[in-house]
Amino acid sequence: MKLETRNSLTWRRFLPIFVLILFWQCLSSLGIIPRFKLPSPVQVFLGLRDLVELGMPPGHPLHYHILHSLYRVFLGYVFAAMLAIPLGIAMGWSEKLRMLLGPIIELLRPIPPLAWIPLSILWFGIGIKSAAFIIFLGVFFPILLNTTGGVLGIDPVLIEAARTLNASDRDIFFKVLIPGAVPSIMTGMRIGVGIGWMTLVAAEFTGVKQGYGLGYMIMTARDIQRPDEIIAGMLVIGVIGLCIDGGLRLLENHLVRWR
Amino acid sequence: MGLELSQVTKIYSGRKPEENVRVLDRIDFQIRKGEFFSIVGPSGCGKTTLLRIIAGLDQASEGKVLLGGSEVTGIDERMGMVFQEYALFPWRTTIQNIEMGLEMMKIPKKERRSAAMEYIRAFGLDGFENRFPKALSGGMKQRVSIARTLIMNPEVVLMDEPFASLDNQTRNDLQNFLIRVWDKRKDTVLFVTHNVDEAVYLSDRIMVLSERPSEILEIFDINLPRPRDRTSRRSNKIRKKVLELLSRKG
Repeated sequence: MKLETRNSLTWRRFLPIFVLILFWQCLSSLGIIPRFKLPSPVQVFLGLRDLVELGMPPGHPLHYHILHSLYRVFLGYVFAAMLAIPLGIAMGWSEKLRMLLGPIIELLRPIPPLAWIPLSILWFGIGIKSAAFIIFLGVFFPILLNTTGGVLGIDPVLIEAARTLNASDRDIFFKVLIPGAVPSIMTGMRIGVGIGWMTLVAAEFTGVKQGYGLGYMIMTARDIQRPDEIIAGMLVIGVIGLCIDGGLRLLENHLVRWR
Repeated sequence: MGLELSQVTKIYSGRKPEENVRVLDRIDFQIRKGEFFSIVGPSGCGKTTLLRIIAGLDQASEGKVLLGGSEVTGIDERMGMVFQEYALFPWRTTIQNIEMGLEMMKIPKKERRSAAMEYIRAFGLDGFENRFPKALSGGMKQRVSIARTLIMNPEVVLMDEPFASLDNQTRNDLQNFLIRVWDKRKDTVLFVTHNVDEAVYLSDRIMVLSERPSEILEIFDINLPRPRDRTSRRSNKIRKKVLELLSRKG
């Protein structure tokens, strides 16, 4: 009974997308949308098949592009989270550290990650390191700010209660601050992965060494004028982003089931 | 050996000396071991501040707190505290909340579990041991909070208006429950409340504080037999005396 409702709900959620595709196909078939500006859904699907079977550039199939892009994001993301979460908790805990680092962070944060590309290439060369660095910058600040906010939002009475139960500073850190900040950390991780994924594709527009990456793939498709493959590539990026967010949402629901 | 306060004074300093606020003024009293001792006073009179000083969560400006003859200088493991808003860790289940203090003392998990289960049974929390606080009623939350404190067997149990945010019926139930538990264990309890009825129903002695700067107006002995009748003539008489004292000064 419950499963059935959930299934029909999911179908209903996808319904507008089907309607949109149908509408789009009709306009294309009737010749209202010129195919050189926007290929039809069927053409996009064929483009997707070409990306999978032939690759773009030929011999570079889609799944390798995906793997390379995911790897870059993963690398930058993991480094950012490993640094931002402990630092965020420390900043939430210590007013001194907040005073010390706050202004620096406020200055660096508004700089778009893409503005770091020239410096990043200068420092790391073209390749995985510089791409990962760009992702890192995009992911780092949302996780840091959300973590700090999460710690600051913990009810001080919980810290007092822990102290009256003989908690050491270490206990407070691991058993009050971290679990208390988990909901905000998860929010930061989700915002971060979204930004990281967006940043990645843009970062790949500037060039990649191995010749793999979804952004690179799209730019190559543009160079040889295959709008169907451009759009197929865009949709792949969107779907992967959706899947990552969905995965994190599941993790979040599990970790903050006490809410 | 009980708890002893000697000339405890609390001054919140303002920007200039004349802006200083004196909250507590030379508070001097002793609580005997096994005694149920309540503090009542008008709201904002500093009774919570007094409790926080005793708990080591706040510092006295002058005077000292002695427990068993030795001075209390900070958070003291010989004391336990029950907070008004329960202060349960929302990410911990009932049993994990009750276990928290034992966990801090590095008691092995198996022992912790079985000790906590005893409290869960005795406190009528069966079936809720793996629930998170959000799934508990206010009365249950406060029972968890009391269990979390009592499982540590503190020498003094400090309670800061523990029933203030409960509805009347739940509040009466919990008062009866607390007294049953106390009757068995004979903990030394220091109970802060603004509710005179509650204080008269529960306490061996009641200390009445004045408005700020708070000083002790009087300490009443409540020599009523237990179990008590909330509406007995003698209990009404004491209630009237305490209320009169409070309204005269406030």
